[in-house]
Amino acid sequence: MSKIHLTTTVNGDAVEALVEADETLLDVLRNQLALTGAKEGCGSGDCGACSVTLDGRLVCSCLVLAVETQGRRVETVEGMAKGGVLHPLQQKFLELSALQCGICTPGFLVAARALLEKNPDPTETEVRYWLAGNLCRCTGYDKIVRAVMDAAAEMRGA
Amino acid sequence: MLDTVAKKSDYKVVGTRPIRPDGVDKVTGRARFGADLNLPGQLVGRVLRSPHPHARLVSIDVSAAAALDGVKAIVTREDFADQPPELTAAGEMMLNYRDVVRNVLAREKVLYEGHAIAAVAAISAAIARKALRLIRVDYEILPHVTDVVAAMAPDAPLLDEAMITAGVTPTPTTPSNIAKRVDFGHGDIDTGFAQADVIVEREFRTESVHQGYIEPQACVANVAEDGQAELFVTTQGQWIVRGHCAKLLGWNVNRIKVTAAEMGGGFGGKTVVYLEPLALALSAKARRPVKMVMTREEVLKATGPTSAARVRVKVGAKKDGRITAAFAECAYGAGAFAGSPAGGGAMCAFAPYELEHVATIGLDVLTNRPKVSAYRAPGAPIAAFAVESVLDEIARTIGVDPIDLRLKNAAKVGTRSTYGPTFAAIGFVELLQAAKAHPHYSAPLPAGQGRGVAAGFWFNVGGDTAVQLTLNEDASVTLTAGTPDVGGLRASLGMMVSEELGIPLDKIRTQIGDTASLAYNFVTGGSRSTFASGMASVEAARAMVKELAARAAKIWDIPVDAVKFEDGMLKPAGDNAGKYEPMSIRDIARQMAKTGGPIVGYATLNAQGAAPGLAFHIVDTQTDPETGKTTILRYTALQDVGRAIHPAFVEGQMQGGVAQGIGWALNEEYVYGADGRMQNAGFLDYRVPVASDLPMIDTVMVEVPNPRHPYGVKGVGEAPIVPPMAAIANAVARGAGVRFTQLPMSPPRVLAALSGQGAR
Repeated sequence: MSKIHLTTTVNGDAVEALVEADETLLDVLRNQLALTGAKEGCGSGDCGACSVTLDGRLVCSCLVLAVETQGRRVETVEGMAKGGVLHPLQQKFLELSALQCGICTPGFLVAARALLEKNPDPTETEVRYWLAGNLCRCTGYDKIVRAVMDAAAEMRGA
Repeated sequence: MLDTVAKKSDYKVVGTRPIRPDGVDKVTGRARFGADLNLPGQLVGRVLRSPHPHARLVSIDVSAAAALDGVKAIVTREDFADQPPELTAAGEMMLNYRDVVRNVLAREKVLYEGHAIAAVAAISAAIARKALRLIRVDYEILPHVTDVVAAMAPDAPLLDEAMITAGVTPTPTTPSNIAKRVDFGHGDIDTGFAQADVIVEREFRTESVHQGYIEPQACVANVAEDGQAELFVTTQGQWIVRGHCAKLLGWNVNRIKVTAAEMGGGFGGKTVVYLEPLALALSAKARRPVKMVMTREEVLKATGPTSAARVRVKVGAKKDGRITAAFAECAYGAGAFAGSPAGGGAMCAFAPYELEHVATIGLDVLTNRPKVSAYRAPGAPIAAFAVESVLDEIARTIGVDPIDLRLKNAAKVGTRSTYGPTFAAIGFVELLQAAKAHPHYSAPLPAGQGRGVAAGFWFNVGGDTAVQLTLNEDASVTLTAGTPDVGGLRASLGMMVSEELGIPLDKIRTQIGDTASLAYNFVTGGSRSTFASGMASVEAARAMVKELAARAAKIWDIPVDAVKFEDGMLKPAGDNAGKYEPMSIRDIARQMAKTGGPIVGYATLNAQGAAPGLAFHIVDTQTDPETGKTTILRYTALQDVGRAIHPAFVEGQMQGGVAQGIGWALNEEYVYGADGRMQNAGFLDYRVPVASDLPMIDTVMVEVPNPRHPYGVKGVGEAPIVPPMAAIANAVARGAGVRFTQLPMSPPRVLAALSGQGAR
């Protein structure tokens, strides 16, 4: 079967790739575009390590076919820091030691940014339920939840 | 979060919370984990696995697969020489090379669903998968046994038809699935039980749980035409991977340069090899790089979970709470090959206590499941679930406060431990006192809620360690350690070196070295990395200071013992030494060439003096009688941490251990069908805790410094997973009125128990 010509936007850059019809967005990001920030923890949408946004909506890139992103806008963890400055979420994760091994961190950051874009002032419970699709095996979530709450406060100017 | 950290005022860096040096890479997606490296010309490796839990491998025919376009190499049992029995350390557990070669690729039999049979390297994943389907395997199906108790029955199917239980006198005459029995203790328990006013005897069952690291096993092997090999791999120990692979391949170890990737969690599970020897063998055949990554299903079915177990406990006590006798039998499933952590369980079961009469037994039992591997304090959490549950029952029966019961029996410095050695450094009493004084313990408890407590013990280890410090020409320092960083190690090591050298942390770059750039290091495991690599880092820094003093002496032309190092400066030691302007490290660095060349500090040691880790947890729970769901409402984890170098990462270890323990207590389990196959091999059905399952986890770091470490460090990573299962079971017993002797306390089991039916 011949490959499909994909044209999409990743972190603001126009990109092209030749993809198989059954190739996931995650595989194209990692294997063709060398964007390995999104991780494959399960391949079934259960761990959230591959979280990206598609036209602003949070998705598991292992559950999205690359061809579905034709003409759309993909944002990954690699696009979060701008002009040499970390996103407030990235900075808070560092300051509060909200990561240990770091494999789940890109997914949490992408998911948390999507939350704060929808809801700039979430309660702890809202943060916990929004992030329930992202597994972390190291931290017990305590410092992650605190970092998201603190970043939210900072972004609100509180 | 409540800290009771006694800040030691003469430290400038130790005890603070700087941002870790590898942090930015990990929040921007730059950090390179096991599956993140791709090499030019790389092939994809995939593994054929057994669908059967137990079968003789009659034949393996790879001819059709080998003929498929795009297939570059295939390996089977024929490609690996058999290994004689030889024990070797892997993490905190022992491996036998005879078994390792059989686990990497099945030889005579497949022993569990998921057991590897062959591996293929091809130009694409699709072709590799197609090739696997073309491999014809002829199986002679055998009866199987996945349950640890059933496996001990006299008529159980035998995994190893020649296995005679070791450690039993007289030597048994018939084979069984019990590989080994180990015994610990002292005194005479019959005498002790005769003195008891109350005796509680219970039997407990736990299911296998997986380490659950989010990053599956992954590696890239690259073997050149001259046989020189590189391996990039997610592992807790690059040197043990090198050693195991070289052994199985019959190569000199120095042919393989192993680079540890950033590791996406290990928890003990990445101390053994699975894919690595296969990737190297495939690359050696194909002469191209081979990348192999497991799926989550492969991780769950073919990499080590921890044991399923049966534990029998009997404890006798006087009315005042003094324990007169204690007995535990820990029968732990090993999976397909001998080597469960039953010994660790038997040693840790009563380890926090000073007992006159104690006996513990460990039984290592083979079952048709994946070979277990280390999981955070291997063996201890299962035994503690049983023992600490029984202690709670005793406390309630005699009407003694559960912390007072433990205080009355607590091990102290000088106590002969229940497993043999005498404790030289142990902070259990201080820990219990901190728990009793904590506001959580005395907070009012609303009706329907239960509060449970439990203790946990882990040995902690030291071991082979090497560290190199290099002074750069601008007076910055490069620190190379060999224990992979699982959660802040680079920061902690840099902080100790900063303290020693008096140079700021941002002038110290800490990296994890590969096997060709540093002497041997044992794994990151046994809660040893901050302890042992920290000790070596401090020694390396002190060696560097010695050399700096020698250079200053040379410049000043005075004896070296007339030079002292103070506040980061080299100074004449006293008035008699002469009058010289103090020199900074920078001054010396500028003159390295003319004073004798580059300056390094190097330390190799077998770290001794690891002090045991003690944890004590307090938890409040509420169980919904309609759904059977138990909610964790409040959790406080206290731990004797020795000294916290970077307190935030110590808290993180404690919180993470608690979360894994909560999963073990309430949800996680391997579910096997009658067909011997795992029924929940994915994160949807093997349910680890998510953020909405947990509350904040409060931590209290009790600092009883380890006198045998220059900064007082005790290992902190493992002890916190030991208490949660018992603490939660004790809370449920008090809150919901049902005593659970089986894990997990999942909603269906709780509902059945509340309605008075079914197993608990």
